[in-house]
Amino acid sequence: MYTQALNTSDGDNSHIEDAARSANFQARIDADERIEPNDWMPAAYRKTLTRQISQHAHSEIVGMLPEGNWITRAPSLRRKAALLAKVQDECGHGLYLYAAAETLGTSREELVDLMLAGKAKYSSIFNYPALTWADIGAIGWLVDGAAIMNQIPLCRCSYGPYARAMIRVCKEESFHQRQGFEIMVTLSKGTEEQKAMAQSALDRWWWPVLMMFGPPDKASQHSDTSTKWKIKRFSNDELRQKFVDATVPQAQFLGLTIPDPGMKQNANGNWEYSAIDWEEFNQVLAGNGPCNRDRLAARRKAHDDGAWVREAALAYAEKRKQRQHAQAAE
Amino acid sequence: MAVASILVSETPLVLYTLRRADDALILGHRLSEWCGHAPMMEEDMALANMGLDLLGQARELYAYAAKVEGKDNDEDKFAYLRDVRQYRNLLLLEQPNGDFARTMVRQFFYAAFADLYWRAMMQSGDPTLAAIAAKSEKESAYHVRHSSEWMVRLGDGTEESHRRAQSAIDDLWAYTGEMFHLDEGERGLIDAGIAIDPAKLHAPWLKTVSGVVNEATLALPKSNWMQQGGRDGRHSEHLGHLLSELQSMPRTFPGATW
Repeated sequence: MYTQALNTSDGDNSHIEDAARSANFQARIDADERIEPNDWMPAAYRKTLTRQISQHAHSEIVGMLPEGNWITRAPSLRRKAALLAKVQDECGHGLYLYAAAETLGTSREELVDLMLAGKAKYSSIFNYPALTWADIGAIGWLVDGAAIMNQIPLCRCSYGPYARAMIRVCKEESFHQRQGFEIMVTLSKGTEEQKAMAQSALDRWWWPVLMMFGPPDKASQHSDTSTKWKIKRFSNDELRQKFVDATVPQAQFLGLTIPDPGMKQNANGNWEYSAIDWEEFNQVLAGNGPCNRDRLAARRKAHDDGAWVREAALAYAEKRKQRQHAQAAE
Repeated sequence: MAVASILVSETPLVLYTLRRADDALILGHRLSEWCGHAPMMEEDMALANMGLDLLGQARELYAYAAKVEGKDNDEDKFAYLRDVRQYRNLLLLEQPNGDFARTMVRQFFYAAFADLYWRAMMQSGDPTLAAIAAKSEKESAYHVRHSSEWMVRLGDGTEESHRRAQSAIDDLWAYTGEMFHLDEGERGLIDAGIAIDPAKLHAPWLKTVSGVVNEATLALPKSNWMQQGGRDGRHSEHLGHLLSELQSMPRTFPGATW
């Protein structure tokens, strides 16, 4: 129940990459064909996608923690039910994404173990704390909003299982984004304390959200090949700019101030933002964000505390199989 | 705390409805505490699902209690602005999650009851309660199936899972009797065809529970001594902590809309 029997990388012949197959593969990508699990693919394509899809899956699962932290304190029953359903959706996204990654030949268990060992990355944003109820609004509005900007192009990604997973994920994410924005609208129409809470959440989440799009184009390691393989269709900076341009009017609508006094609109209508503190981003990626240790500790605890449950389920399944065999033999 | 608790006019029908609403809210809240921390992702999904079913039931029941009471109260005032002594849920449901075995045994004991209870309540002469019962019965049928399967896996799994499941049964057993207890206030509703007599559900409940517990190679305790008090607001110490967390926002920010 915890894994699918796909963790066999020995059987594939991806190491015999002759020029003809590579050329044929690239021709299929150029013709906008979808690559499916049983198709031949270059080892580097498989590796890149396994890394990207599993990081995405880890982000969904770790991302349950900052919001999960508010389920028991949600301020109304309607908000409580909506938040629980939202965090449950994130778990569902994690499940389909691990399943999509497994089609490339690495099991969910192996991928999860890498994350728990601190050897796989997840989105840097989840290493920031959700301090107040307004953070739940800001996460939905900004973090899910940024995720959608990144993920909509992935619905056309060349790898079929990932593209199909993204179509479903994006539908749910856009619902979450509207839900988050609606929380912000309610706060911005509320008491002075609520307005201040909303502003403080925007102040704390703005810059980390801009960092979610990844390093600036001039410093990004993976973009060139990912673009050639149609895994990535827009650069980090392009997506970041689209996000900023979409979000500034929303902040204005809310009567909130984006914490970037130098921001200005240029002649093309784009909002130019000030320099991002990439040192902070690098520190968070290196494990030094405010919550990296807490997040990993929470995931490890759930995994360790649940080990006896998973063992029991396997032991029971095995016993049942043996009993069925014994019955059949009688 | 900044905000005072509300007053509730507990006529028999209001009290009856609040008791069932509190059951659903408190168990739903407990299940929601697992979110992000379950033993496997599939179970994270399932626990959240059951929690959402129960929160949904609670909201419908609170809305109905508010309508019957006809004062200024609503679902959020009932949930967020009553103190421990005003809460009417079963003691079983406020017991802490503990390990996964304890959560599943609690779920199984209650779901096996709730499924029978709501099925019988579908015949209620009160159309709102009958409609809530019809929806809740479908949900609790799934909760029984899910928790029964885990009872068997845990009981008949490994030595450790067997020990944990048995210890959960032993610790929670004394809270099961309260589900079948009837007080005089509810007798009038039963006579009027609005509520049903839970005592009549004890035999079929015990049959379901014993069947699953036997299959799981576990045993029910011999003791018949049962704890009571939740229905009258005499709770375990655990409920106050649960409520201080659940109610923290509305208690801290008086009059705000969220």
